[in-house]
Amino acid sequence: MVDFAGKAEPGTTKKYKTGTWRTYKPILDKEACIGCEKCWEYCPDSCKIETEYDGDIIFDTDLDYCKGCGICAEECPVEAIEMELDEK
Amino acid sequence: MVERRVMEGSHAVAHAVRLCAPDVVSAYPITPQTHIVEKISQFVADGDLKSEYMRVESEFSAMSASVGSSAAGARTFTATASQGLMLMSEVLYNASGLRLPIVMSVANRAMGAPINIWNDHSDSMGVRDAGWIQLYAEDNQEALDMTIQAYKIAENQDVMLPAMVCMDGFILTHTYEPVSIPKKEEVQEFLPEFDPEVKLDPQNPVTLGTVGFPSDYMEIRHEQYQAMENARDIMPDIFKEFEEKFGRKQHSLIEEYKTEDAEIIIVSLGSIMGTIKEAVDELREDGKQVGAIKIKAFRPFPDQELRDALQNTKAVAVLDKNITLGKKGALYTEMKDTLYQAETQPQMTNYIIGLGGRDIPRQSIKNIVKQTKENLNSPQTREVRFVDLKEEK
Repeated sequence: MVDFAGKAEPGTTKKYKTGTWRTYKPILDKEACIGCEKCWEYCPDSCKIETEYDGDIIFDTDLDYCKGCGICAEECPVEAIEMELDEK
Repeated sequence: MVERRVMEGSHAVAHAVRLCAPDVVSAYPITPQTHIVEKISQFVADGDLKSEYMRVESEFSAMSASVGSSAAGARTFTATASQGLMLMSEVLYNASGLRLPIVMSVANRAMGAPINIWNDHSDSMGVRDAGWIQLYAEDNQEALDMTIQAYKIAENQDVMLPAMVCMDGFILTHTYEPVSIPKKEEVQEFLPEFDPEVKLDPQNPVTLGTVGFPSDYMEIRHEQYQAMENARDIMPDIFKEFEEKFGRKQHSLIEEYKTEDAEIIIVSLGSIMGTIKEAVDELREDGKQVGAIKIKAFRPFPDQELRDALQNTKAVAVLDKNITLGKKGALYTEMKDTLYQAETQPQMTNYIIGLGGRDIPRQSIKNIVKQTKENLNSPQTREVRFVDLKEEK
């Protein structure tokens, strides 16, 4: 049940996961990722997270907020990201 | 001893506002509403009313400032007419959706083009879906009384919706009539302090005006719908309480006039009711079984009261001071919807009257009754009739 007239307490945006708007989601080939940061730079919603994989720095996606725009997949120089239909 | 003075309708409303003592009056002038906010500004300047009087640069701003002040928990008043109401229209929906009990006077005036400053109902009828309570006054006294009642209805915890008090431009706003002015203490007893549960307060921060996603919007709309239904339920009690407090006869959402045994009933709203009642009196003297019903509240619409009042009549003449182009008069289409659920349907005719301030004399009302009676005895040729068109003399 929503609050009266759509009122919201402070900070409630944190609870709101906008990733549900997605149609496609990025799938990262962790082996192929070279950690170049390009996707982190291009992501319009700051959804790329620096993380570690097998001793290397790689960039994966925060799926709570990723809108599935596909820019990261487009820009990846080694084609390590593939967009696939996000069945809900 | 009640103070009774002769004054124009605009000043009667200004006195009502003075008595309700809003914290904020956000105002922009437009004919024929100007005298209302002008008089209020004088009250403020003279120290008779301690309101924050905001001079804004347009009606859009007047309503936007009203939304802001009401959201902060301040009792708020504004007023407008015609094109001004249209400039507000976007914000009207927000005021209602945010459940802000702003009270606004609408000095009913025709919509241009052609530009016209005189009275009809095309302005307020044009925003009938904005989610505002709409009351229509017959005379200056009722304009004053309804303004006080409007605050009481709007600010009720189960309602929390904005309210328009509509009064006919010039016919009421600029016409002098005797008006009883209630005592300040009595109004304070009738109308408690405004203290909404939800408001913008730096000590207790909340967000108002959030995005309503498809997952929530419908529930919020449904609550708004329910609030208007609640208004319909509580209004009779508020009118009754007003009557007891101030000693003036108050009808419910409709007023019946000589409807007992009436074969033909005229239904309308606003100042034309005075002329209609006089015409009914004269027709009654001639032995004609004619009555009238005044619609006091157009939103919420008094469905059941109308069904009860019209269950034994043969014919209904609905007089609309507006026309929905491509359909019929607004009141008429509402009436037909209401009576579809009645056990028996009287014959109905829609008369479009007084557009752009065209005068409606008693004789025109009598002609309407005559036409309605003829319709009863012969197949109806035209359901919508424009009254007193020059080429139809």
